[in-house]
Amino acid sequence: MIRIRRVASRGAVIALVLLTCATTALAAPSGPPVRIGGTLALTGPLGPTALLHKIAGEVYVDELNKTTGLLGRPVEWVLLDDQSKPELTRSLYEKLITVDKVDLIIGPYATSGILAAMGVAQRYQKVFVHHSFGMPHLAKYEMHFPTAAFGPEPNRTLPTTVFDAVAATANPPKTVAILTSKFPSAQFQSFGAKEVAEKRGLKVVLYLEYEFGTRDWGSLAARVKDANPDLLWVGALGLDGNQLLEAMKKLDYTPPRHFHLFPAPGPLVVAPDGKWALSSTVFEEHPPFLNNPGAAKLIPLFRERAAKANVPYTHVDTQVAGSWAAWQVLEAAVNATKSLDDKAMGQWLRKNRVDTIIGKLRFDGPNNYGDDLFKVKQVQDGKWVVVWPREFAAPGARLLPP
Amino acid sequence: MPSATLLGQSVVSGLLAGGLYGLLALGLSLSWGLLRLVNIAHFALALLGAYLTYQLGQVLHMAPWVAAAVVVPTFFALGVALHVVFTRFRVTELTSLLVTFGFAVILESLIQWFWTADYRRYETPYTSASLRIGPLFVPVLELLACLTATVLALATWAWLRFTYVGKALRASAEDPAIAAAFGVNHRRHAFLLSGVAAAYAAVAGAFIALISTLAPAQIWAWLGTVFAVVIIGGLGNPVGALLAGFLIGISESVTMAVAAPAWAPLVSFSILIGLLVLRPERV
Repeated sequence: MIRIRRVASRGAVIALVLLTCATTALAAPSGPPVRIGGTLALTGPLGPTALLHKIAGEVYVDELNKTTGLLGRPVEWVLLDDQSKPELTRSLYEKLITVDKVDLIIGPYATSGILAAMGVAQRYQKVFVHHSFGMPHLAKYEMHFPTAAFGPEPNRTLPTTVFDAVAATANPPKTVAILTSKFPSAQFQSFGAKEVAEKRGLKVVLYLEYEFGTRDWGSLAARVKDANPDLLWVGALGLDGNQLLEAMKKLDYTPPRHFHLFPAPGPLVVAPDGKWALSSTVFEEHPPFLNNPGAAKLIPLFRERAAKANVPYTHVDTQVAGSWAAWQVLEAAVNATKSLDDKAMGQWLRKNRVDTIIGKLRFDGPNNYGDDLFKVKQVQDGKWVVVWPREFAAPGARLLPP
Repeated sequence: MPSATLLGQSVVSGLLAGGLYGLLALGLSLSWGLLRLVNIAHFALALLGAYLTYQLGQVLHMAPWVAAAVVVPTFFALGVALHVVFTRFRVTELTSLLVTFGFAVILESLIQWFWTADYRRYETPYTSASLRIGPLFVPVLELLACLTATVLALATWAWLRFTYVGKALRASAEDPAIAAAFGVNHRRHAFLLSGVAAAYAAVAGAFIALISTLAPAQIWAWLGTVFAVVIIGGLGNPVGALLAGFLIGISESVTMAVAAPAWAPLVSFSILIGLLVLRPERV
């Protein structure tokens, strides 16, 4: 009896060990890597925000390789530096496809680079998932898939959302000043804001366009102060908004409300003048966004990597989440079609929704755009919180001043 | 029609911005005018000075003037070392464009490697401080930069005009052979001037760190305007560089106040083109 029991228990142990080995062998990706090519503005004026996309991508690829990879194969991200230059972006994507012969591609950061790369993707009929394109009407390629979930008309829908948010306060604005960078997507959406404002009966007391990379903010700040708007809309990229707020503070002026279009999120939240700054977002680190796929995994991993990379603001925000969503879309398409065939992946994406960290994305609308998922967020107590629409607001948060 | 306050404020802003342009242009003007070396790395040195000031001030909590007292002499030595390289490899005026461009790219990469491409901001209690003069506001840090530029420009002018070394440098720039015949040791003076130019870059960098937000790509943001300032002011003319800085700063600022901001560079570069057409001997 005891001998039978010993044999049986030894057998169970052996079976358990064999099962563990088999499971481990099945999980670990093996074979030649799936090479995914892309560029980011690792240097140049877009570098600071692109760094966040780099970290998000690295985390995603590392996590993929810890599990099953893609199609059981490890993933290699072939990342090149486009130096914030669209002409270089175009050449590099050409190189990635024809010389490096990557299996798949993923988009760069920001509108001008994405537009340049889209032409190359179209020429070689590659599925092109990207995360930061702000001019949907220019995206004509049928196999491009955006995770910057603006919807097809952000020049109309985003300003409407913002103006709805401020109109719902006890002291809605009557006048608005619009200062915008001439960076294409910022200018496009800010001009839309002007049109929407005028249609809603808001008086546009100032509309100015400044060159991307402007250094001297003194005169611009003086013009805003002179106009004295109830709401200041800044078509900002990176630190434009910070610099403008600082210049206005030196003139002893702060606009009652200020909205920033594409700010570098970290610097604005930590800036002394950033209190109550408004912006737009598809993800912040509070409910209900924490329930979205990938949120629980991404947040701690990103924070750790961002801290190691000396990034001042280590929270996951709209840029990081949009990037993560792009990788989720690419992975979903590969897994669903069980292939790296761009055409099959493209067809699948046009017909199916992908559940991502920023919500359910669909690509069957005009120019492959789906729903506008953007909300309004505000700097409150040193962090970004969503304040509008109310169903997405952080617990207890509302737009300030009320 | 812009209000008088708006116009007045834009003149103040322009004057102060022009002071910083003049400060940046000072070292470049000296090395170009007196050493016949077009030092594009001057902008990279200024930004490196800015980052070092940030690192010492924001991260290591040194007072800004203490940080500057550490950085400026270090950059003097760096300037001398740079000139050793120029002398060793017999860099001429034309080749200096290429060589210093290469140095600038290397420095930009080093800056990005150490501090990343992310924005850096040196916060001080004076960041938003302003003096009020009637309806006008004069930001304190920008005023300090402008005053420093003025003092340095005047001191440099006096140095070049009244001291033996200054006269020797000007003589060597005008006619090296005759100056040497009169016993001027151009080589030794050139090292000194290169060190001074780099030290001025560090001073400019310290103010850039205090006034602006830093990103590695900013090296190239100043290039066009400061080159215009140097040429308009006259090569090797420190007071000219300062006055040209004021001219460019005020013209840009007033343009931004009364017209579309994008027209500002048009005005400043039109002044440059006009001057070059009328007085081509300036370069």
